[in-house]
Amino acid sequence: MGEPAVTDTRSALVKRPARAPLPVKEFKGKADPDWCPGCGDFGVLNALKTAVSELGLRPEEVLTISGIGCSSNLPGYINTYGMHTLHGRALAVATGAQLGNHGLTVVVTGGDGDGFGIGGNHFVHAMRRNVDLTYIVMDNQIYGLTTGQVSPTSRKGMKTKSTPHGSVENPVNAIPLAVVCGATYVARGFSGQQKHLIELIKGAIEHKGFSFVDVFSPCVTYNQENTHEFFKQRTRKLEEMGHDPSDFQAAIEKGGMWGEDIPIGLFYRNEDAPALDEMEPVLADGSPLSHRPLDVSVENARAVIAELM
Amino acid sequence: MAQHDFSVGIGGAAGQGVATPGSLLAKLFVRRGLHVNAYNAYQSIIRGGHTFLTIRTSEAPVRCMGDELDMLIPLNQDTMDRHVRRMRPGSSVLFDQGKVRPDGAAEGVQLCPLPLAELAKTPLHYNTAAVAAVLRMVGVECRPFEEMLAEQFQRKGDAVVAENVAVARAGYEYAGAHFRSYPFALPDTGRPLAVATGNECLAMGGVAAGVKFYCAYPMSPSTGVLMWMARHARQLGIMVRQVEDEIGVINMAIGAAHTGCRAMCATSGGGFALMTEALGAAAMMEIPVVCIDVQRAGPATGVPTKTEQGDLWQVLGAGQGDYPRLIAAPTSIADCFHVIPQMFNLADRFQCPGIVLADLLESEGFSSLDPAELNFNPPRDRGEVIGLDGPVSSGEEYARYRETTSGVAPRALPGTPGHAHVVATDEHDERGVLISDEFTDPHKRQAMVERRQRKMDGALALIDPPRLAGAEDAEVTLVGWGSTWGVIDEAVEKLGREGIRASHLQVKWMVPLHVEAIQQALAKARKIVIVENNYSGQFARYLRSETGVVADAHIRKYDGEPFLPHHVVDGVRKVLAGKTKKYVPVHEIRV
Repeated sequence: MGEPAVTDTRSALVKRPARAPLPVKEFKGKADPDWCPGCGDFGVLNALKTAVSELGLRPEEVLTISGIGCSSNLPGYINTYGMHTLHGRALAVATGAQLGNHGLTVVVTGGDGDGFGIGGNHFVHAMRRNVDLTYIVMDNQIYGLTTGQVSPTSRKGMKTKSTPHGSVENPVNAIPLAVVCGATYVARGFSGQQKHLIELIKGAIEHKGFSFVDVFSPCVTYNQENTHEFFKQRTRKLEEMGHDPSDFQAAIEKGGMWGEDIPIGLFYRNEDAPALDEMEPVLADGSPLSHRPLDVSVENARAVIAELM
Repeated sequence: MAQHDFSVGIGGAAGQGVATPGSLLAKLFVRRGLHVNAYNAYQSIIRGGHTFLTIRTSEAPVRCMGDELDMLIPLNQDTMDRHVRRMRPGSSVLFDQGKVRPDGAAEGVQLCPLPLAELAKTPLHYNTAAVAAVLRMVGVECRPFEEMLAEQFQRKGDAVVAENVAVARAGYEYAGAHFRSYPFALPDTGRPLAVATGNECLAMGGVAAGVKFYCAYPMSPSTGVLMWMARHARQLGIMVRQVEDEIGVINMAIGAAHTGCRAMCATSGGGFALMTEALGAAAMMEIPVVCIDVQRAGPATGVPTKTEQGDLWQVLGAGQGDYPRLIAAPTSIADCFHVIPQMFNLADRFQCPGIVLADLLESEGFSSLDPAELNFNPPRDRGEVIGLDGPVSSGEEYARYRETTSGVAPRALPGTPGHAHVVATDEHDERGVLISDEFTDPHKRQAMVERRQRKMDGALALIDPPRLAGAEDAEVTLVGWGSTWGVIDEAVEKLGREGIRASHLQVKWMVPLHVEAIQQALAKARKIVIVENNYSGQFARYLRSETGVVADAHIRKYDGEPFLPHHVVDGVRKVLAGKTKKYVPVHEIRV
């Protein structure tokens, strides 16, 4: 059996004609962030706004979707269409939205608890489906909004308000997980490395398929361990390590590195795998489902009734 | 001319092929323009157990499977033993003489042993011979059946068609030569009808509504909707997805709905329980989405293949907090088709979730339908939407949740220039800016709550009030909701024949509820009896809480099987005789 026909909506929808970028300030949202001063999320918000600006996107072309958590407040702080959904459900909502109107640029933002804890099931399945969206996780290894409990990415042994004697559980390592689950663009950034992060996010948005960008975004209030300084001293760019992002095994291997050298950059990219919307025959004519007329043709109505007779 | 009323029951173990002769007979009947209603009492067992399909046909619309069988077709000894004692004089029992012994039939019941091993070369053809024998005995010619077999097997070649036709003729002739036919011939009305299950009707109702996105997680007894949608997805241009769980299902549907698609999903009570938080989210973000709960007997895994009306309070209270929702319980298999476009029109207009509360009796049963009434382009009301057709002007700043008299503010679809905004599950102000975290504002919060809830006033005005069938001051007034319309309607007729004047009020729209219309309809009622398929009287409690109407007595059933008309009739007799205020019928057949 051959691969299903791949529609050529990719070029029409993603590779938009080059346009003069709107200034970053055009992407300023209606509200100002309520994050603590010094929070890593400011850097992620700025990088995202800069990335969509530099890509020449317009506010109405982008749909920013989040769950619940400190970082999930982000849609309110960026001038695009936004959905601030339930805790853990952003990827499910985003999958529906991307398929509903596959002409939109869908960006999902959230935290490690939202994405890898309560939303873990959707995370796995959205990746295996290779939904065409960009998923940015502001990973601070702690539950900040609920004032400092252990998170799925907290280090084993970490003392938090819900693990006062130190966590006895192993953390999730999201990078290899994403690679094996079928994400086709897997990167890690650091909010303290703006230019690098902007490029990673731009690459993620331009990539057709599921793009995952895990971002070290330190919590200045509840995580005294994984601080800005902690990551500043340890992060090493994959681009300077001779890593080949088309190498699946190397991506998993590099994803497993932790300690004095923690790699950031593009771990894995597969440009050959079709995204879910490209595999879907119903979208083959290119127009978004959301704007198709609802009328049922006489022939279709007759055919359906004929089956019942 | 008297109407005919003929019922046949076919039973066997799961996996024995009860469905095949059932659907063949149903098709043959509707092609003659006869109405049909069928119910399949089946079990959640992969092989074995006892499955019993009842098909009833008449020139008049058939509202339920009825009380009596005119013919029994036991495919195994177990079915014979369970059912034969209930067969009346004048009825017939048709069985494979090589396999089943007819013990315990009453006098006057015709035993019709078929030598299937002689009539057909392979057990694969036994059903064909049996169906042909039924046709002979109800005075229907064999030719339409032969044509149907030709349609069914033409892909396998002429030889296979000829073999099947030969078996059909053999069964037909054998029955003619050896069995006494019924003293009537089922007519051909000349107006062919359609036949469909409730699940198929729910799916087709989605098509008629213009659904473009359907997703689900398989769950009995709603899976038929998913399978129908998947089969027709490409032809009809509907995106169909099977999702990792029901939480993902409803959230995915909400995402698609927000972009402008009409989006629908179906599940049963357990899946619905997982969806409830997100239904509140749809109400909070004000995104129209339609969710079908096909009820089965609960709680927990419960009885996956048995029916119940046990989810009313679940849907009434689904999710935390107060929020506007629409809830309708379709009153027949045909209504499963009509309720979906109605629900979408209201959900779109009032930008809130719509819940359709069907049940297994409807979803797995099948019914004849008038093809002329299957309108696939009914009126569609998308409500106030910006950016659905063509360009829009952007003048003043767009406020998604603007204060309005109706409570409804126009929703702008993502992609529309000049209208970018955030929809949030946190409480928000008119522009969609959160007021939950930073600036919790009691006045804005109150205004938002009131605006959202106000939408239900507008919805009520667009919903038909329930109407009392029969006299206001009848001796007894039966009140039901959802799927029990047919069985109660028939029970009222039976009561009439016994000289008991009964009236009937069936409620379809649960939320918003026509409180005043119901109060008026029941104002002169002499004895109110509520009939429902659950233990605790969920509807009775709801009716009392909303209308103050307190029923005089109750007829309830919670054994997994649906009501039969005589269950209701027996209950009314006992209530009128003052013997009970709560009658719980015993299901006669162990299925």
